[in-house]
Formats: sequence, C-alpha cells, structure tokens
Amino acid sequence: MSVFNQSRGRVVQIIIGAVFLIITFQLINLQLFSSEYKLAAENNAIYRKIIYPDRGIIFDRKKRALLENTISFDLVVTPAESKGTDTASLCAILGIDTAEYKKRMLDLIFKNTRVRPSVFEPLLSAELYAKLTENMYKFPGFVLSERSVRTYPFNTAAQLLGYIAEVDTSYLRKYKHLGYEMGDYAGMSGLEKTYESILMGQRGIKRFIRDNKSRIQGPYENGIFDTIPVAGRNLFTSIDVEVQQLAEQLLQNKIGSAVAINPKTGGIITMVSSPTYNPNVLTGNARRKNWGRMVMDTAKPMYNRAIKGQYPPGSTFKPLGALVALDQGLIDADYGVGCGGGYGACGGVFVRCEHSNAGHAANLRLALANSCNSYFSDVFRKALDNRKWGNPNQGYLKWKEYMNAFGLGRRLEVDLPSEDKASIPDTSVYNKFFGGARRWNSCSVLTLGIGQDKMTATPLQMANLMCIIANRGYYYPPHFVDSIENEQIEDTVLMNKYRKKHVVTNIADKDYQAVNDGMHDVTVYGTSAHIKIPGIEYCAKTGTAQNPHGKNHSLFVAFAPKDNPTIAVAVVVENGGYGSVAAGPIAGLIMEKYLNDTLSVAGKATAERVTNMNLIPQAIKNWYTRKDAERAARLAKLAMEEAAEKEEAESTKESNKNNTEAILEQGSKPVGSKKDSTDKYKIKAALLLSEKKKKKMGGRVQ
Amino acid sequence: MMKNKNISQGADYPVIWLYAILVAIGILCIFMVEYSEGTNWFTSFIGGKTNYSKQLFFAGFCVLVATFILLTDSKLFTAFANLMYAFGLLLMVATFFIGKNINGSKSWIPMGGGFNLQPAELCKIFTALALAKFLSRQETDFTKLKFQLIGGAIAIAPAILSILQHELGLALVYSSFLIAMYREGLPAQILIIGSSFGVLVIASLIIDPNTLMIILSVIAVVLIYFARRQARRNKGIITAIIFIWMISVGTQRFVIPYIFNNVFECYQSTRIYSMVGKDYNCADNVKSLKKQKAGNEKAPRKPDDYNVRQSKIAIGSGGFAGKGFLKGTQTRGKYVPAQHTDFIFTSLGEAFGFIGCLIFLIIYLALLYRIVQIAERQRSTFSRVYAYSVVSILFFHFAVNVSMTIGFFPIVGIPLPLVSYGGSSLLTFTILIFILLRLDADRQMVLR
Repeated sequence: MSVFNQSRGRVVQIIIGAVFLIITFQLINLQLFSSEYKLAAENNAIYRKIIYPDRGIIFDRKKRALLENTISFDLVVTPAESKGTDTASLCAILGIDTAEYKKRMLDLIFKNTRVRPSVFEPLLSAELYAKLTENMYKFPGFVLSERSVRTYPFNTAAQLLGYIAEVDTSYLRKYKHLGYEMGDYAGMSGLEKTYESILMGQRGIKRFIRDNKSRIQGPYENGIFDTIPVAGRNLFTSIDVEVQQLAEQLLQNKIGSAVAINPKTGGIITMVSSPTYNPNVLTGNARRKNWGRMVMDTAKPMYNRAIKGQYPPGSTFKPLGALVALDQGLIDADYGVGCGGGYGACGGVFVRCEHSNAGHAANLRLALANSCNSYFSDVFRKALDNRKWGNPNQGYLKWKEYMNAFGLGRRLEVDLPSEDKASIPDTSVYNKFFGGARRWNSCSVLTLGIGQDKMTATPLQMANLMCIIANRGYYYPPHFVDSIENEQIEDTVLMNKYRKKHVVTNIADKDYQAVNDGMHDVTVYGTSAHIKIPGIEYCAKTGTAQNPHGKNHSLFVAFAPKDNPTIAVAVVVENGGYGSVAAGPIAGLIMEKYLNDTLSVAGKATAERVTNMNLIPQAIKNWYTRKDAERAARLAKLAMEEAAEKEEAESTKESNKNNTEAILEQGSKPVGSKKDSTDKYKIKAALLLSEKKKKKMGGRVQ
Repeated sequence: MMKNKNISQGADYPVIWLYAILVAIGILCIFMVEYSEGTNWFTSFIGGKTNYSKQLFFAGFCVLVATFILLTDSKLFTAFANLMYAFGLLLMVATFFIGKNINGSKSWIPMGGGFNLQPAELCKIFTALALAKFLSRQETDFTKLKFQLIGGAIAIAPAILSILQHELGLALVYSSFLIAMYREGLPAQILIIGSSFGVLVIASLIIDPNTLMIILSVIAVVLIYFARRQARRNKGIITAIIFIWMISVGTQRFVIPYIFNNVFECYQSTRIYSMVGKDYNCADNVKSLKKQKAGNEKAPRKPDDYNVRQSKIAIGSGGFAGKGFLKGTQTRGKYVPAQHTDFIFTSLGEAFGFIGCLIFLIIYLALLYRIVQIAERQRSTFSRVYAYSVVSILFFHFAVNVSMTIGFFPIVGIPLPLVSYGGSSLLTFTILIFILLRLDADRQMVLR
C-alpha cells in the first residue's frame, strides 16, 4: 500500500524546503535589512565611557600655575538601567530622601533621555566617594565617572580666571556645533570662557563590553574604536600673581578696582575688582553651596569692576585733554593761562580751581602738576571751538573721535567676556539734553574738560590711556594671554589682535615730554608727592571724581619708571575721597612690588595701613548686618523647631507615664507651665544657635 | 549476522558525517556562549566543569552508544518496539512519583552523579518505533479511520503525559508524527483542514474580531456566488459553506478568546500574542485574576518579550558576515537567556552572520533530505515509517526552535537537535539517528 503514497515523499520534502526558505527569508530580513538590531545590540552591550581630558593650565608671567587640576568623581546614572537599584541605601549614602531621588531621576530623564548617562550627583567628596565605591554593586546603572576639577593654589584672580560649570540646555543649544554633552563642564566666565576652545582639549571615548547586568566585561574590540583624550593646552599670561595678591589685599574692605598693564606689550599684570572672592569656593561641590550667596550679595563680588565699572575719570583725564589740544596744534607745551582760582569765561558756569596763586598754570607742565581746572577747561573749549571743524557740534564729534582713538567710550577687546565700553556720549545725547543741536556749545559741556559731566571710563580704559602716554603715542590692546602652548594658526589669528601696535597720535616728542614732566612733577611736589617708590621716578595723576551718591571716588593713574616705563596703573576706590588718599598708595605699592619685586619697610607699613582702611559705604555695611540678622533669625527658628520636636517626642513619652498626674494638675497652673516650656525652648535655641552660627560664619568668612 | 562484519559496513556515511558536523558545531556554539576572556580553553574543555566540556563528554558517550547500536541486530528493534513503548510510558508515569523538579517541570528522573534523565525525550524513540511497528503490521490498513485513530493514539499518549508534566514543548513534538502518518496515507484533507485552522487562529489573533468576521462573511458570500451553479444540482454545498462559515466565526469570536482567557495561563497567552506582535492584556485572563484574588500573583506585568527581543537583536546584529568567533557582544554579555540550550542558534547568528546561518541551514537541510532519501529506499514499511518519524521529529524540532529565535513561534522549550546543550537531548537524537542507520544498513534483508 505504501507504493501508492510515494509521491507524498516529495510533498514532505517540499514542505521541509518551504519551511527552510521561510526561515532564510526571515534571516535575510533580520540580518541584512534591519539595521535596528545592530544599533540595539550596541546600545545593549557597548558602554561608552567619556574620558575627560585635563583642562589646560593658566600660568602667570613667571610660569607659576594660577590654577591646577585635581581629580573628582561624579555619580553618573543611566536611568534605563537603574532598575533594581537599592534606592534606600543610595539615598542614605547621599543624604537625600526617596522623593528627591525620584525627582532627580525624572529630571534627568526629561533632560537627557532614559538611555543616556547623566550626572546624578556631581563632584563627590572624598568621603562620599569611598562610601559609594564600597556599595556600587547595589546600584546597577550607576557608575562613578572621573573628572578633573580646578583648584587655585594662590586663592587669587577669581574674576579673571572665571569658573567652569556644568553646561545647561541653553548652553548646549548655543554651542551645538562644538559637540558638548550633558554633564560636560565648560568655562562660564573669565579666561576660562574666552579660551574655552583651547583649554578644554578633546574628550576621549572608551568603549567597553558589558553584560546583561551592566557589568563591564572588557574593552570592546581591544579598543580599536577608542579615541584618546587630548589634554587642553596651557595659557601663559602676563599676570603677576604676587602683584595680583598684593593688589587684592590692598583693596580689601574697599569697593573699587585696580588695573596694571605693561605698556610695552599691552599685557595685563594685575586686574583686581573688589570685593572679590576666593576662586576655590566656586569649584567642585562647594560651588552649589556658595553660588547663590555670591549672586545675591549686594556688593557684587562676581562683577568685574575693572572692565565693567564706569567712573568719571575726573582729573586723571587732564593729560588726555592736553594731548588732544597738542595733537590738533591748538596749544604747545609753553601755552599758559592766568588762573585766579577758577574758570569764569563761560559766564553761567564757573569751574573752581584748587589753586589761585599766580603762575601755577603758566605752562602745560605746571598746569598738570598743579591740576589746574581753569587751564584744562580752557584747553577743552579750544578743542571744541576749533575753527577747522566749523561749529562746536562738529568740534565735539572730532573730540569724541579722539576719545575713541585713545580707547575711551569703546571696548578695548580685552580677552575677558562682557567688557563694558563705558561712555563718551554722542552729540545726540546732548542734543536731546539741551533741546537741540544749536542750543549747546563748549560752555554747556565745559566740565568734560576736567573729566566730569557725562563721560565715564572703566579702570581698564584709564590704565590703557596711561600706556599711551607712557609709550608716547601708541598702545597694544590690553590682554592677559601672552602665548598659547603649541600655538596653531588659528590661535595666532586670535592672538594677532593683541600683537598689533595701535599708533594714536602724531605729537612731537617735546610735547609729550611736557606731559610726562608735568605728571612727574605731580609725584615730586604735586598731589602725590607723599607717595614714593624707592629708587624709581614715576609719573602720575590723581583724580577725585565727584560722586552724586556719596563720598567722592578716589582715582589714581600712573606709570613707572619715568623713562622707559614698564608698568601703567589705574586705581579706583569708590568713596575713597581724594585720589592721593586711597587710590594713590595702592597704585604706588603695585608699581613698587612689580618693579622692585619686594616692598620696602616703609612700603610694608603703608600696605598694612591701606589694607586696614575700611571704605565700604554704610549702605552696604547695613545690608550685611541685615542679612546676618536674618540668617540668625532663621537659624534660631530652625533650632526652636528642632527643640520643639524633641520636646514633643519626650513629652509624649512622659505623658504616657504621667497621664494621671497631668489630669490631676490640669487647670491648677496652666499659665506657669506654659511659660516654663517656652523659656526652655529659648535656652535650647540659643545653645544650638551658637554652635551652628559659628560654623556658618566660618564658612562665610572665607 | 556475520562474525567478521565491520561495524560501519552498510552504514550511511553522509548521515554520520552530517551528524558529527552538527554535534561539533553545537559544542563550538556552547563554547562561544560560555567563553570568558582569560580562561584556558583547553583545560576547561577537559575539566568537565563547564557546559561545553560536559557536552563533549556527552558526545563521547553518544559515540559509544552509537557504536553499540550499530553492533546490534536490526531485528531487535522491531521485536522490542512495543515493549519499549510500554516501558517508556511507564517511565513517564513513574516521573510523577520519583521525578525531580527542574525549572518548574517535574519530568526528570535523577540518575545519580548529577545527571538527570528526561523520559519524555527517550519516549520519542519508543513512540517512533511503536508507530512504525503498528503501521508495518500486515493487518493495518491506514486508509481506514480505525487504524488512523489507533496510530494517532500511539503518538498522543506520551504527549498527554508530557502536558501533565508541564512540558508543553515536548508534547508539541509528538504532533510531528502527523508527517510520518501523512506519508503512510493519512488523508491530506486532515493536514489541509489543520493548517487552515491554524491560519484562522493566527488571523483571529492579529485581526480585529469584527473586521475578521466581515472578511469571513465576504469570503462565504463570494464562495456561494461562485458555487451557485453547482448548488442547483447539489444543495449540500451551500449548507457546507454556511456550516464552515459558522464554525469559523464561532471559533474566531468565542472559542479562541475563551481558550486564551480561560484555559491558558497569563504568560502563555502573552507569549503567543507577542509572537504575532500584539500585546495581551492579562486583566482578561481568568486564571491570573483568580491568582490575584488569592494573593498568589502580583498584578500582571507588561507583556514580556525580552527573550525574543534579545534573541532577534543577537541574530540581527550579526549582519551579513557576523561579528566573528567569540566576538559576539550579545553572546558575551549574556543578554539572551538560555542561550546554550534553546537559544543556541542566536550565538551562531551573531558570530557568523547570515553566511554562517545559511551554511548551517544547508547542513541541516542536507541531513533531513538525506534521511528522507534513506526512508524512500527502504523496502520494509517498518524502516520507512521509522525513518519518516525521525525526519519529522528532527524537522519539527529544528523548525520550531529556529522560528522561535527569529520571532516566528512562541517560546516553547524545544532544543535544537544535536546542537543545543543537554545530554538527554543529544542522546535521544543519537539513538534515533543510529537506529535508523542500523535499519538502513540491513535494508537488503527483507523484513516482513
């Protein structure tokens, strides 16, 4: 009978063949046409570890490192793999509650998807790191990721160096093309920001194989796909760390700024804005703690007054007024005015002069040395009323052109972010102010001639101006970075801006000599005669800018040595009074330190005296007192609540025991018992407060 | 039998070679799965601690068994077929009393020395022999329903016992005897009806019930329209079409939901649904609801297709040429569960890619075709039926196992014959194949 069914053998073969064909087709589909599986396999099994390169170091002019790198660890989580994590013990180690854990997790998933690793807790302290490494096996999906963190061995130049911080979403959007990822750190201010591309280096990526429980099995393909991190390149700046430290010390307890530039190169030697802060408080996990407080501080410690503060230059402007007139050929060094205690040629406005003796403004040199207001008012009017320009309006425009050429009223393009251009007002401002172009003349804006009115300058601009005078007519744009390690073509392009000589005037050497001599006389018998640099002759000009809000600002500009100057300084001390009182000694000490390398005995004494000078305005002092009081109150309240809780816990314990007693005593002396307990709270609060306060205060002092 | 007979005389060499190649591939695959960097593979092969070295020992043991089988007389198998079948069933029943619980199924008998025997595996051989014996009897006329039923019963009996041991996969294997029976004259209609029913089941899983009902109705109307001429002569056709339509719709609307919701466990329904790419809602499952009420089971989780997904990822990521020997990331990361047993094909797919898989498929296909060839050249019905049973069992295992790894079949615990890790399985298929070779070697002796 089997013979009948022989054809069925064929059928069986066909069925088998058909099934094999179907399987083959599915294999073709899976293996040849579905790229998703390859991707899924990589997501599954390959762990990409980002290796952060060391950020570049910033050195001062003597190759001392202003900042260094140390290693810190981040706790990084891939939310999709964190299933099965012992949440309770992780929270216990980190000192957060599970609600916070969930919140952070959701946050990370929202920001950075479920499958990409995100930083759960950045910059672990050494203690936390030790605790976590012991327990990592309990936390699948979590890894400890190394990263380098800045430290600042000299505790100085915070505002110049800037800080680095984790990039946020807006940063990522803005610099999309640079390939930053969530969790990366980038320079957010100062040199760290300006030179980010040089300092950051190149991240490396290491690939590991991991198993179904996220355990690392070994390198993927023996590491042939890994990229090696390239360390960031170092920056060599013109900052002198000792001078910087000294300047910061001198400006302590003052609001103000000091800038010193090497006129030969434009390299900034020191730049201080006071109040400042210790850069170490914004690194690592200290940052989170201090950031808010610093931002809220009314004295704005993070605000760089040297490039953003706008001050009327006052008398420090006078040399420039003379230069403008000299360059236009309106006066020469022998030009003099007779000043009898003020300038009255304008009728309506009378500019008082400090001096009234005859001949104190007989020539440029004398006028500068005596800081004669009449002389410079006259010179200013000459510049504006110069027939060559037609009318005072045009004259003013020409004058403004000069100001801009000398670096006032425009950005100097220093290599720090957010430099301010201060203000040399446009004619339109005055047109509006006086109600028309014809309704004002050189008399209306007379005080511009002595650095008042609507003109302002930043300390950096003032220092740069000193460079021009010291160099007798040219300057290099002020900058910090002299050279970049392994300088490449694109860096040279960047740096060329600072290596270009800007020639400003065509004034004869004789006339410059007059200006310099006048400024030298200031230091010999003029307003800063009491400020000496041992063994060095220098030129200076004091300034006292009228301040409508309070005590006058103290200004001082100088350069030294007199011949062949190598340092130009501008110092502003808000509410410091006369220029020679607060700003002068600071500038003198900065120059002394820079030129002589050390301070003389007298210098040290002056330094100590200036350091101890407290010129913080009363309003700001009051603000601090109020904040301290508020904090104390908050602490007291906290302590009170804590104590109350404890008390409650104790009393519930006791109440069980003394239930009957309590019922018996009820009503007998309710007032007394209440008073008793509140007294107790107060004492406890005070006790707790003192300890906590000590800690907090300690934190704030640094 | 002649005394000076060489044991290999008459044995079919192609099958022996293919068998050896597949076993070797199996050991290689298990090695890939278990290998971790830094271990000395030679010592661990000898050591007997790892699965691949165990498999190597199993293979060695199988060589002995195979030799022994080739040395026996082929008459032995016909003579003892029924007895062995009875013994097999007895063993399976015995597992209910002396069985050992492994992975939730009490189907193993401990043999000592850490080895366990699964009688259901061995029973495949006995069933094949018994079926062959039954069909080769002079009085059996397989065109008759009575004998068809008896034949079916022989195959179903061990299947039922397997289901009772919670070994659904093993039970399914016994359905492969249908192929052998088909070759021996089982009406093709049964297979056609069976496969149509399968299509209906799958369709009712994939397609929305109402849509499917409309489709079925349309098909019925169209059929009636075309059959209207014949219907004038034979009223029965219309009745038959309407009857089939009613059965189909009834199955699709009521029977299948009932089975999935009331008969199957939640996880079984989920697996079957995930195979066709659908989610099964366990809240509909009566059994899981009961368990929830009793507090034995947590609320149903989301459909869990982890195994299939990982398995597809592993195979799919192999690409055209594969990642190379021991370089499979999915394999090394142990992403695929049970990769050394049921999912052994994934390691092959990942490491050697489409090319490797194709070569493997061709080797397997060659083995199956060779056995069909052998079957067709048998003179005795016994040998032929037995040979077809062997082909059917191997084919069924292979098709289900590979389909399972590529997402064509729900996950049932069916190993890939000769390749998957497991002593019982390897031994069973070795015996199965070598009995066939013994019978084939003696095909010239006319038996019955």
